[in-house]
Amino acid sequence: MISLQNVTKRYGAFKAIQSISLNIKPGEIHGIIGSSGAGKSTLLRMMNLLEKPDDGDVIINNKKINHLKGKEIRNIRQSLGMIFQGFHLVGNKTVFDNVAVSLEIAKIAKKNRTERVMESLRFVGLEAYKDKYPRQLSGGQKQRVAIARAIVNNPSVLLCDEPTSSLDPTTTMEILEVLKQINQQLNVTIIIVSHEMEVIRSLSERVTVMEDGQIYEVVEIEPTGVNKSKKGAATFVEQLKSGGDSNPS
Amino acid sequence: MIPILPEVLVEYQSEIWESIVESSIMVGFSVLAALLVGLPIGTFLFLCRKGQLLENRLVFSSLNLLVNIIRSFPFLLLVIFMIPFTRFVMGTAIGTAAATLPMMVIAIAHYSRLVEQSLLDVPKGVIQAAVSMGASVKDIIFKFLYVESRSALVLSMTTSTISFISYSTIMGVVGGGGIGDFAIRYGYLQYRTDLMVYIIIIIVIFVQIIQYSGITLARKIDKR
Repeated sequence: MISLQNVTKRYGAFKAIQSISLNIKPGEIHGIIGSSGAGKSTLLRMMNLLEKPDDGDVIINNKKINHLKGKEIRNIRQSLGMIFQGFHLVGNKTVFDNVAVSLEIAKIAKKNRTERVMESLRFVGLEAYKDKYPRQLSGGQKQRVAIARAIVNNPSVLLCDEPTSSLDPTTTMEILEVLKQINQQLNVTIIIVSHEMEVIRSLSERVTVMEDGQIYEVVEIEPTGVNKSKKGAATFVEQLKSGGDSNPS
Repeated sequence: MIPILPEVLVEYQSEIWESIVESSIMVGFSVLAALLVGLPIGTFLFLCRKGQLLENRLVFSSLNLLVNIIRSFPFLLLVIFMIPFTRFVMGTAIGTAAATLPMMVIAIAHYSRLVEQSLLDVPKGVIQAAVSMGASVKDIIFKFLYVESRSALVLSMTTSTISFISYSTIMGVVGGGGIGDFAIRYGYLQYRTDLMVYIIIIIVIFVQIIQYSGITLARKIDKR
């Protein structure tokens, strides 16, 4: 699976990541939490080489990938899905085309694309929205499209960079439920970065806590699960009564 | 003949049609050059910028300087400055075909800058998502950048085409002809102010049609 060995990332004199080693187990949901600037997104982005480590190795399926170039890196990235806080959909493409582009990039034959795209959209519950454009969707729906795009290539790992940070609590729960289903039904390893403790606690089996570009501790927990029963205002009330998200900072 | 046309236009109709064809040739080839050369150069300029996919300071600075120099030239001086080169390439420096070459050069520089600026408006996150999907540079250009910036590219081409019409009006200096040259030679120099005014109206109508078509198309293809 994914293994980071003594990876370091510098931006000028600033060390964003300081000699971190971390092993992700196949099939787990691994949370990475920390305050702003702790280096959690940088660490995640190293796993598909969106950020290349200055030192150390990124190992996927027993193969060092950080020295790969061009097509080899692109092939690795096609086997790792990724979603972002800002969704990053193409505004001029329909929902269908936004998902299909991932298959086009992977050079999947056109005749096989429709079925796979529709299967992905069905999984995230947006089959009926295939002809809509992103501007016609809510934030949660946009993130579902991004998830469909990320899983359409049948990735072994899904990297999630603050996937719920711009969503309201109800929509956050819906997205977390989708991620849980992806993990359980499609057997996809999920690595999720968030600064929201509730998000990490509800899904993750192991959590890496980061501080100042280093791992503070890796904690094994029992995920609390996604609370689907509460909707809308009830979620807000529950969070207010429980003191809201407890941020480690 | 159409009775509503002013007499002076009827009198010079064959010359007017001929000059419209000359302008169309010069502007048409300029648009073609802008699309075939300006679009790739503008895209390359964008990709070579700091923080972009093909970041290359030397290539960006050189290309940026070249585009700036060409765009800084007063167009009349560029036409005259290019005469030896035009003669070398076209075999002559006089006539519509010869006048087209400097028009094409300025068209490439003009449109490439507008393309670069249009692509800068594509959200960085979209490019980042494309990279994370394993997209090649070619994929990113054709499946993301051009798709997301297509209405801006159409509007830029509209603006450029109108500028090319303006540039073409002074191509009479090298015998390029065209509608603007006709207005100067037959209208201004022969004291036919009425003819000059009618020609200006014709040019304004052409510009309005191009502007309206460009805006309509850009609006139609913008789904963001």
